[in-house]
Amino acid sequence: MKRLIAIGLTISLAGCSAPLSYLDATSPVGGSIASLGWGLTAISVGVCLIVGVLLLVAIWRGSPRGAATVVPVNDRAPIRWIGVGVAISTVFLLGSAIWTLVTVHSIAGSPRPAALSIDVIGQEWWWAVKYRSDDPSREFTTANQLVIPVDVPVQINLTSRDVIHSFWVPKLGGKMDMIPSRTNVTWLEADKIGDYRGQCSEFCGLQHANMAFNVRVMSQADFDAWRNQQLQPAASVAGDPRLRTFMVRCAACHTVRGTPAGGILGPDLSHFGSRETLAAGLLPNTPENLARWINNTQTIKPGAKMPELHMLASETADVTGYLEDLK
Amino acid sequence: MVAQLDTVDSPERRKLLGIWETAPGLYGWLASVDHKTIGIRYLCTAFFFLVIGGIEALVMRAQLAQPDLKLLSPDAYNQLFSMHGTTMMFLYALPMLSGFSNYLWPLMLGSRDMAFPRLNALSYWVFLLAGVFLYVSFPMGQAPNGGWFAYVPNTNLQYDPGINMDVFSLGLIFLGISTVVGSANFIVTLLRCRAPGMSVNRLPIIVWGTFTASAANLLAVPAVSLACAMLWLDRRYGTHFFDVPGGGQPLLWQHLFWIFGHPWVYALVLPAMGIVSDALPVFCRRPLVGYTLVAISTVATMILGFGVWVHHMFATGLPVMSLSFFSAASFVIAVPSAVAVFCWIATIWTGKLQFKTPFLFFAGFVMLFVIGGVSGFMTASVALDWQLTDSYFVVAHLHYVLLGINVFPVIGGIYFWFPKMTGRMLDERLGRWTFWTMFVGFNVAFFPMHITGLMGMPRRVYTYPAEMGVGWLNLISSLGALIFAVGVLLFLVNIVKGLRSGEPAGNNPWDAPTLEWSTTSPPPVYNFATIPQVASRHPLWESRLKESEERSVIGDKASDGMVLDKGKETIGVTPLDAEPNVVLKMPGDSILPFLLALGMAVLFFGLLSQAVWLMVTGVLCEIAILIVWLTPKPHPADEEVEVYE
Repeated sequence: MKRLIAIGLTISLAGCSAPLSYLDATSPVGGSIASLGWGLTAISVGVCLIVGVLLLVAIWRGSPRGAATVVPVNDRAPIRWIGVGVAISTVFLLGSAIWTLVTVHSIAGSPRPAALSIDVIGQEWWWAVKYRSDDPSREFTTANQLVIPVDVPVQINLTSRDVIHSFWVPKLGGKMDMIPSRTNVTWLEADKIGDYRGQCSEFCGLQHANMAFNVRVMSQADFDAWRNQQLQPAASVAGDPRLRTFMVRCAACHTVRGTPAGGILGPDLSHFGSRETLAAGLLPNTPENLARWINNTQTIKPGAKMPELHMLASETADVTGYLEDLK
Repeated sequence: MVAQLDTVDSPERRKLLGIWETAPGLYGWLASVDHKTIGIRYLCTAFFFLVIGGIEALVMRAQLAQPDLKLLSPDAYNQLFSMHGTTMMFLYALPMLSGFSNYLWPLMLGSRDMAFPRLNALSYWVFLLAGVFLYVSFPMGQAPNGGWFAYVPNTNLQYDPGINMDVFSLGLIFLGISTVVGSANFIVTLLRCRAPGMSVNRLPIIVWGTFTASAANLLAVPAVSLACAMLWLDRRYGTHFFDVPGGGQPLLWQHLFWIFGHPWVYALVLPAMGIVSDALPVFCRRPLVGYTLVAISTVATMILGFGVWVHHMFATGLPVMSLSFFSAASFVIAVPSAVAVFCWIATIWTGKLQFKTPFLFFAGFVMLFVIGGVSGFMTASVALDWQLTDSYFVVAHLHYVLLGINVFPVIGGIYFWFPKMTGRMLDERLGRWTFWTMFVGFNVAFFPMHITGLMGMPRRVYTYPAEMGVGWLNLISSLGALIFAVGVLLFLVNIVKGLRSGEPAGNNPWDAPTLEWSTTSPPPVYNFATIPQVASRHPLWESRLKESEERSVIGDKASDGMVLDKGKETIGVTPLDAEPNVVLKMPGDSILPFLLALGMAVLFFGLLSQAVWLMVTGVLCEIAILIVWLTPKPHPADEEVEVYE
């Protein structure tokens, strides 16, 4: 048993390089949870080791020697030791409870006012992302990606359009459920520039497993540029012949700002070409994957709400080309 | 004062046998109200469901063995994990413990049956039929698919249009009847049906565990039955309890479910902890250290268990203040568990050990209990739980708790009491192989899941991408699950072998101290020829423990105690001190419980299919059967109830 735990600990140390491992966090929230996590893990492993040793010694001591008759017992001494054990356990439990409550208090709200407010709306099985602003002309919608500036607190307003989902970016902080009819507010702050994977963590039906998104953390300057670029209408709008195919085959569900395509059932595709993934974090965003996705939706993500379109080769080329050009 | 009963064949015993024996044939089989028969039926049925749930788990482990496997469709996977959870939580874990308690309670308490034998039979038949009900849509590919927790709105008709969740909600209401009926029976049995002298400070701990769990069930099960009724009404009759567009509240379901769910988890482990507290000391050749501490910690755990349900809902956006309260309460609940663990270790520490198979299971249990306990301690921390919840870490935790604290004591308990139930021993060598295979398999399967969870793998996913980096850990878990399954298979082989050719056991093969070991193996249908008189906590060890001068009396002759052979009778006692004060007339064989359960099944199938004629038939059957059941029977003049003064 001891050996198992030792192996386990080694593995968990090694595991920190995994994309979703939160013991190696890169945010103030993730960081204080991670230290709490390491602390409680240490206590837990310690308890297991102590009990394991006690148990082994007890078994070794009691190994059969001679007759095993039942004789009168006096349990005062063992009960005193039980008292000592329980007292020590209580001290550790109390300490852990206090540590927990202090941590919760410190991470429940952002210490500074949030610089940015973003709505994330969960739905079967993708994420709509709306950037809020005091100036309505600076608001816009994207999907399955969250781009935030480094080192500033960002307020995230969470809700759902259908069933309960849960918003989780392990390296940046804990989970918060997305519950229809309610808005749960959480906040993120990233210490380091980079990409972080997010994942739905409340069972939400057929494609719960493939409901992921990407968080890209940028410098403030890059972020401002990105935001301004997102606010522009999509690049190749005017008179693009491929738009016609897109309108016929895709626009009932999808929006591309600056074009007549205004469907709201599926993700907003304005600037689709600048996203890293498609199908809610399932595939890297390449023209080949996009073509495959359009024509084999239900094989790649069985149950997804997007119908399989079975486009002609020319249509597929039009739509993929058009979308990938929406930088 | 303990006679060698297995050789006795006296006219008195023949008379008792005539009074108590179940009728032969199919009628007798369906009409038996003998607590031992019912107990064994519970054990076998629950074990059958354990195997079914285990096979479901193996299929899921095959799908998860590598990233991006396509063995199962997402829909099939969702049905499997939902049925796995539902089966293990509802159809295995509690019924298994009810089986032990049904079989053992009257024998341990020195009674001839449970307080309400017909209710006891009813509770079994309802359990069996509810189990069948829950599985009836499985072959049609329409099994419950919203998880055993069935969160709305995912289980509302709009998002789950089949009959899947109707089966679930009606099935749980149906099964709830069995649980509540059984719990009421245990409570009254404890209060009334004990041997004279079996005061509350002499009860075996499994009695404490089952009593506490039963009291909790009476309070907890109505919450889930209510929630399921509301869900079903939402789905089929357009009410708006949980329906968001109609103003319903998704969180209401979670509160109702977990107000039930968390006490339920304790109800699944406390009787099993009782098995260990009673049977482990036998192999340490000494009484349990800290009997009173363990009994109190059992009750304390249950009471605290009602105040921690929100720790399943830490990420739902409740105010930080209330989360902090429930987090602190979840830390506190570890204290009584720590008491129990130290008591077991102290018992082993000060004992003279006999390394028999049951001992191995119980010692292994202590270690698994601690591992499951500390991972629970980690999830109790609300901040940390925001990361841990709904990840594989919780899967690891709950399996350490439920297999560690339920399955291991149960298997150990079967090794321990199998000789009493059948009169034959299980094979010791095969038993040791079983233990080590199960123990190694279990840890190989579930220990890596802690790390899988810490690396960010969410629960209830039918597949996962290779980039997550958890493929190899999942492969190890799947292999471990296979090893564990081999262990279960070895156990079954041992059972078959034991039934066919096990060594004869004798009355008391382990030289254990409690009353059930004073009678023959298997016990006669009337349990005891005379009602025992109990003078200590360890009736069969008292001459060696020398705790007092008093001695229990267990014997055959009329001078040894009350014979009570003027019909089916046992003794009723005062609740605390167990002073005898009434002779209880017990009912004989009755087919009514079976018929009532059958009528209930008709009603529930009617509700499921929404066929009015079937519902009406069910209700009419129930009314008719209840009228027959409740009609008082005239007492012959000579059968007046005697009152002892």
